[in-house]
Amino acid sequence: MSDFLLELRSEEIPARMQAGARAELEKLFRRELDAASVECGEITVWSTPRRLVLIARGLPLATEAVSEELKGPPVGAPDQAIDGFCRKAGVDKGQLETRDVKGRATYFAVKNVPGRATADLLAEAIPAIIRDFSWPKSMRWGAASISTESLRWVRPLSGIVALLGDDVVECEVHGVTSGAVTLGHRFHHSGDITIGNADDYAMKLRAGHVIVDHEERQDLIRSGAAKVASEAGLRLVEDEGLVIENAGLTEWPVPLLGRFEEDFLEVPPETIQLTARVNQKYFVCEDEKGELANAFICTANIEAEDGGARVVDGNRKVLAARLSDARFFWDVDRKKTLAEHAKGLERITFHEKLGAVADKVERVAKLARWLVEEEIVKPNTRHSREGGNPDNGGGTGNSGQLDPRLRGGDGLSRDDLADMAEQAARLAKADLVTEMVGEFPELQGLMGGYYARAEGLPDAVADAIRDHYKPVGQGDDVPTAPVTVAVSLADKLDTLRSFFSIDEKPTGSKDPFALRRAALGVIRIVQDNDLRFGVAQGDLLDFFADRLKVQQREAGVRHDLIDAVFALGGEDDLVRLLARVHALQSFMDSEDGANLLAGYKRAANILKKEDWHGAEGEIARTGEEDPLAIVDDPDLKAVVAAKMEQRHASELSYAAEPAEKALMDALANSEPAASRAIAAEDFSAAMAALAALRAPIDRFFEEVTVNADEENKRAHRLDLLARFRAAVHKVADFSRIEG
Amino acid sequence: MDRNPQNSFQDMILALHDFWSAQGCLILQPYDMRMGAGTFHTATTLRALGPEPWNAAFVQPCRRPTDGRYGENPNRLQHYYQYQVILKPSPPDIQDLYLKSLEVIGIDPLKHDIRFVEDDWESPTLGAWGLGWEVWCDGMEVTQFTYFQQMGGFDCKPVAGELTYGLERLAMYIQGVDNVYDLAFNDRGVSYGDVFLENEKQMSKWNFEVAETGALFDLFNKAEAECRNALANDVPIAAYEQAVEASHIFNLLQARGVISVQERASYMGRVRDLARGSCEAHMAKEAPAWAEKYPEWSK
Repeated sequence: MSDFLLELRSEEIPARMQAGARAELEKLFRRELDAASVECGEITVWSTPRRLVLIARGLPLATEAVSEELKGPPVGAPDQAIDGFCRKAGVDKGQLETRDVKGRATYFAVKNVPGRATADLLAEAIPAIIRDFSWPKSMRWGAASISTESLRWVRPLSGIVALLGDDVVECEVHGVTSGAVTLGHRFHHSGDITIGNADDYAMKLRAGHVIVDHEERQDLIRSGAAKVASEAGLRLVEDEGLVIENAGLTEWPVPLLGRFEEDFLEVPPETIQLTARVNQKYFVCEDEKGELANAFICTANIEAEDGGARVVDGNRKVLAARLSDARFFWDVDRKKTLAEHAKGLERITFHEKLGAVADKVERVAKLARWLVEEEIVKPNTRHSREGGNPDNGGGTGNSGQLDPRLRGGDGLSRDDLADMAEQAARLAKADLVTEMVGEFPELQGLMGGYYARAEGLPDAVADAIRDHYKPVGQGDDVPTAPVTVAVSLADKLDTLRSFFSIDEKPTGSKDPFALRRAALGVIRIVQDNDLRFGVAQGDLLDFFADRLKVQQREAGVRHDLIDAVFALGGEDDLVRLLARVHALQSFMDSEDGANLLAGYKRAANILKKEDWHGAEGEIARTGEEDPLAIVDDPDLKAVVAAKMEQRHASELSYAAEPAEKALMDALANSEPAASRAIAAEDFSAAMAALAALRAPIDRFFEEVTVNADEENKRAHRLDLLARFRAAVHKVADFSRIEG
Repeated sequence: MDRNPQNSFQDMILALHDFWSAQGCLILQPYDMRMGAGTFHTATTLRALGPEPWNAAFVQPCRRPTDGRYGENPNRLQHYYQYQVILKPSPPDIQDLYLKSLEVIGIDPLKHDIRFVEDDWESPTLGAWGLGWEVWCDGMEVTQFTYFQQMGGFDCKPVAGELTYGLERLAMYIQGVDNVYDLAFNDRGVSYGDVFLENEKQMSKWNFEVAETGALFDLFNKAEAECRNALANDVPIAAYEQAVEASHIFNLLQARGVISVQERASYMGRVRDLARGSCEAHMAKEAPAWAEKYPEWSK
């Protein structure tokens, strides 16, 4: 047994690619081992900006010889059969052996695959791994790149260390030759480092000022940053993304704290945090009150001779320049009101076929108002808040008696709410033309909220401007404040309607206008706020249905149950639709549900086999694929109902068997009960009503012969089953349910 | 302030010249045209094409009309200098050479935190892209480091390494100065502001307020037509100059704020067509000689 070390050294690998590269290295190495049927123990992969490392423990020194026997045709079989067997087994006819099988002489091919030295296997595996390595972006370099066939790597590959035990695994890839020699830290170590084996690798590199284990570097950054923050009497604002990124940028990380001028704190803290994080990869800190402090933490890659004073000072200057820009934008932007900024939206194209952003704003403002006037969005829709406004970033310090206009939009009159929704919608996009959002597009909405508050607009309006893009991602908050709900919903609905109106729909993986996200946003707002209205029609409604299916599937709802409800068709009220899906889900988890489904399937099979369309089918044979569709056809509803009643009321021409009678009675109770419950949108009750059919239908199948000899009995019984099926279909199309 | 008179702006440039000259680079002079970046110099764009080795270093004045701030911003200028080094094929020790050049101008990597941070480069106008880094010195971007992969829509064979130093930034850093106009241009008391402040004021005004837009539109169209004329007559270098001219006129029109968002893409497309057309023609003209001299090379 032996341990294997592979180090692939290159110029600086982008931090964001290192995790993927580690996984890729392990995957390809395992692929090579599997192909050679070599087992190994634990595999460790590490990365630094300048190297990818793999250590595999417990490799055998050689693969075992394998002997394989293949049984062939009997002696005396036709030549063709014998030749075919030889080809398949890869042996010559002369090499075949003859053995006795149950008294019959039979050919056998015996193959001996000799064992191979693991070092030889690895010498072939390493070039294969390097050549097949998949990077998000790769490049050519150097003199060899006169041909486009030259090696591609993320950045120039400069060295390979490959050691099995204490021995170099010799190989060469496009002019890079393997060896035992590597380099240490770019600045803290000069000259070569010769590695002995997998065991001394990390230690020797540590002596060369390189910590090869990325997790150790991450720990150092995490704890080091927290330490320098607490030494300054502050608390680090944790940021795991920054920890990983900085560990990907350093081989010897040294967190250092610096201060910036306190005056900069007058700009919104998000701005400071964003510029520190995105542009400079700095951590920020909070004071004991939880407010952003005038401090930053950068992660140097050196142990500077002066303890880092120069490094910190340089970084401070860079940050100060960035923060001056931010403060300049903040000051300039506030010289105009949002309404004045909004005029600039006339110059920005929303889409060439859909006009300017200003046109969109106009549509959204009208729609937001309409949503309130139609009482789809109501004051105080759901959440009532106690005193003040907890999510008000600006903090007006309300308490006690409040003008509702100052709060999150709760307790407003409908007219006030409509006015505020329209106002917020008209201003919601204005920050897109501000300097700050021009520089930091991520701050769209947020800055609008700040500017709105700075000019004294009501908090409900400022909040709506700030939050109207929400929900953005899956984990993002869903707006609940009425003004915000109206604006956010109107914005997304307008986007969807507009793009669908010019036939710009997402296809496959292409969704350039993020319509799927918009639809999901609408669904979540509607769901969380219990908003009752028809969201869309036609194609767009189908699109919503698809998004809802995906969303429900991800939430763990069985896809067949979703299909069963969607198959009913024509539902544009998402709240009602989901209520039905969820009721069905819990019903199908119950024993009643499972049994009812079994009964349903049996009934449906008989009806299908007998090609029986029941009373409904006789009334209108529309030639549609699904004759049952007419059950839901509103135009025919009255006709069907009258006819059905007549049929059910008509006297039987024979004496019903007890089980038959029991099912008739049960249907007579359950059908209207289910219908009533559905009308009242109490889908659980509708399903409970159906559950009452379970015992009668089971008994019916046990005791009654459907295909009776007498035609009148057969017709009646098939009708009964059709009635049962129709009753079940009022809740969902059970034919779509699996099980 | 640890101001070191040895490191005046001009001394820094001279030190870089000495260093790269010693590495075997041609020390070229700036291209005598207005352009937005050193990459537009034919010593970079056109020389990045084809198989012939090419090592050159030069200062290129850059014009970015929209970056003008009337001399009031300590960091932003509508006219500034880039130091360009182009090494083709990219040598294996290019990073070490670059780091040595930083030491030559006074940046000690054991006192200052030097980092190579991913930053890929793309110029749709030139049909060019490359992978590389922005080099950070104590958190400040001081150099763009790129391995050209494509130029004018053609694969670079072989790949050239391009280094672009932002000279004013580097000098501000080395001299410990917060305002570009306070830079010591030489060690006899002449500042950067003495040389350029008035230019920045006047040129900002001209770029943003004065330049006659009718004439600019006219110039753009004429450059475009002249580029096509040059292409038709098989003088691709002349055609390329007209593409550079059109590109700068477009930047001026942008600064004057007379190009709408919709038109912008169309103008950029026209400049791109000129630049790519010139590169293609250059390639077509030179390819036979290159192929003969370098049999392993193919277009």
